Amino acid sequence: MSATLFFEQVLNGLQFGMTLFLISAGLTLIFGVMGLINLAHGSLFMAGAFACAAVAKATGSFFAGLAASIAAAAVAGALVERLVIRRLYDRDHLDQVIATFALILIFSEGTRWLFGSFPLYLDVPPVLSGSVPLPGGITYPLYRLAIIGVGLAVAAGLFLLVNRTRLGMRIRAGETDREMIAALGVDIGKLYTIVFALGAGLAGLAGAMIGPIQSVQVGMGEPVLILAFVVIVIGGIGSIGGALAAALLVGLTDTLGRVMLPQAFATFMEPSAANAVGSSIASMLIYILMALVLVVKPTGLFGAKA
Amino acid sequence: MKHMKTSFAVAALAAILGAGAASAEPVKIGMITTLSGGGAGLGTDVRDGFMLAIEQSGKTDIAVVVADDQQKPDIAVQEADKMVQSEKVDILTGIIFSNIAMAVVPAALQQGKFYLSPNAGPSQLAGKGCDKNYFNVAWQNDNLHEAAGAYANSAGYKKTYILAPNYPAGKDALNGFKRFFKGEVAGEVYTKLGQTDYAAEIAQIKASGADSMFFFLPGGMGIAFTKQYAQAGAEIPLIGPGFSFSQDILGAVGDAALGVRNTAQWSPDLDNEANKAFVESFKAKYGRVPSLYASQGFDTANLILSALAKSGVSDQDAFRAALVAAEFKSTRGDFKFGPNHHPIQDIYVREVVKDGDVITNKIIGVALEDHADAYAAECKM
Repeated sequence: MSATLFFEQVLNGLQFGMTLFLISAGLTLIFGVMGLINLAHGSLFMAGAFACAAVAKATGSFFAGLAASIAAAAVAGALVERLVIRRLYDRDHLDQVIATFALILIFSEGTRWLFGSFPLYLDVPPVLSGSVPLPGGITYPLYRLAIIGVGLAVAAGLFLLVNRTRLGMRIRAGETDREMIAALGVDIGKLYTIVFALGAGLAGLAGAMIGPIQSVQVGMGEPVLILAFVVIVIGGIGSIGGALAAALLVGLTDTLGRVMLPQAFATFMEPSAANAVGSSIASMLIYILMALVLVVKPTGLFGAKA
Repeated sequence: MKHMKTSFAVAALAAILGAGAASAEPVKIGMITTLSGGGAGLGTDVRDGFMLAIEQSGKTDIAVVVADDQQKPDIAVQEADKMVQSEKVDILTGIIFSNIAMAVVPAALQQGKFYLSPNAGPSQLAGKGCDKNYFNVAWQNDNLHEAAGAYANSAGYKKTYILAPNYPAGKDALNGFKRFFKGEVAGEVYTKLGQTDYAAEIAQIKASGADSMFFFLPGGMGIAFTKQYAQAGAEIPLIGPGFSFSQDILGAVGDAALGVRNTAQWSPDLDNEANKAFVESFKAKYGRVPSLYASQGFDTANLILSALAKSGVSDQDAFRAALVAAEFKSTRGDFKFGPNHHPIQDIYVREVVKDGDVITNKIIGVALEDHADAYAAECKM
């Protein structure tokens, strides 16, 4: 493989990592602050993509769709928190898993009822379409660079929100001791609704950003959900920085594994068999990575809580 | 005893009166198909095409029971048991995915039911596992990929990059393509089933020096790949089986699909009376252009109707003979079965075009004429 191609694949890995970070940021926020396993995170991602596709089709503007997707997912998140999630904080994780799994089914069939069984059209906005030349003779799709930019902006925004604002202070306090901050007069119920809506809004933003390069269809959230859980487990539950580092690590591992393993196997195997074996192992690679990280650091790379 | 005598008398009378009386026997058809989950678009189209044909026949003595398999083999098996045991259906049909067909069909055949496949065509059921009561009205799984290989030859491609998901149907696809393609394979890649980001693969393809790119990625995977391929500015021409460019997903892919050549046994512009009437009536009833899958559902129902006009299902031998004869007006024009009850048919090359503001397919040539499958010789019926 030439150096240019290798560099391009590293860039692809980082870009895929940023995509994963966008998806998992909201999940780790909710899991970290509220201790809640929210399987419906993928459904909120789907809701964002559908809202973006529908609004972009109606108005002709992708950016209107982007705004709508954040709003729709945040409102859906706030409603879900008030109606369902609120009853689950004192239950154990299994009850949360069952209830939020039910939400997946409700969201999926509700979306099918509204939009039908066929995938929707959503494309890259004209401003961000096309490719740009990068140093080293690579041309790279502009939209993928935009995803990297939005990922970095979300990371910086969340860092500032959590570490520099009053709301962030409360969120961190809630993470440490929810009874105590309730006793200090903070409306913990409202705080949780805000955090959940924020996490949901981030899922919606991810759906809208990723929709144009993938397929906007019912069920698009489930494969994403598994990857998001891998990322937050590797990164350490509740840690935004950990999610960013883990997402990049997973993105690079997955992309480079996919490209290089079949080639590595081809050095001592017949090509067709090397492809089959190499790509099978490549698809396991991120789970192997997760297992290794958990052996060395059971709380994840940046996890604080035991 | 008296009842039995009467029914014998009725049966005898029916036999004397022949065809007309036979169709008066009420028939129950069980349809198990995928109506929820990622593959729901396919099942919806098969069902809608099928029901359109039943409705057009005007028959009131045919009952169709529809069940959703949720794209899960275990659910499909439960639904099939329910249909055979409590609904007492005579004929089963509808399954979209080969893994589900393999879970349901052999057991249903063992219980003496007829199964007509409107989509899935696993090689097992075409070769050694063929059955006298199993009919495939669509294609054997490899067929459209074989046609794509033949098309790549005739288009003069010498070096093709090939890609499919890492699961049995993906391997069949690449093997089917290679069975007919005479040029060199520039690269062969198996991606993860359900993969949504193809940036790494596309970079490899662009750097491979291939003169064409064949891929089989069903459903959402294909939508994602085609969009990303266009966004990355890749210019190597794409070839695919009709599934990757079927009407149900073209709207979602958009302009990125324009100009792509794909192979299928049917196209909305196929020029015959039955197809014109089908496309018009489907549009009128459902407000969308029918897909490949809808045409297969429609043909399956019409095949059943044509056989029922000759014989009731209870006379299994006569009914089977009527199915084998396949005397119905297919949307594909000529239609006939091979010795393993799989179609022998023309497979066309289609190009994705914009017709007004609808993106659809137009036929530009024939890839393979009277094409039969590679497994027929292994079938001993």
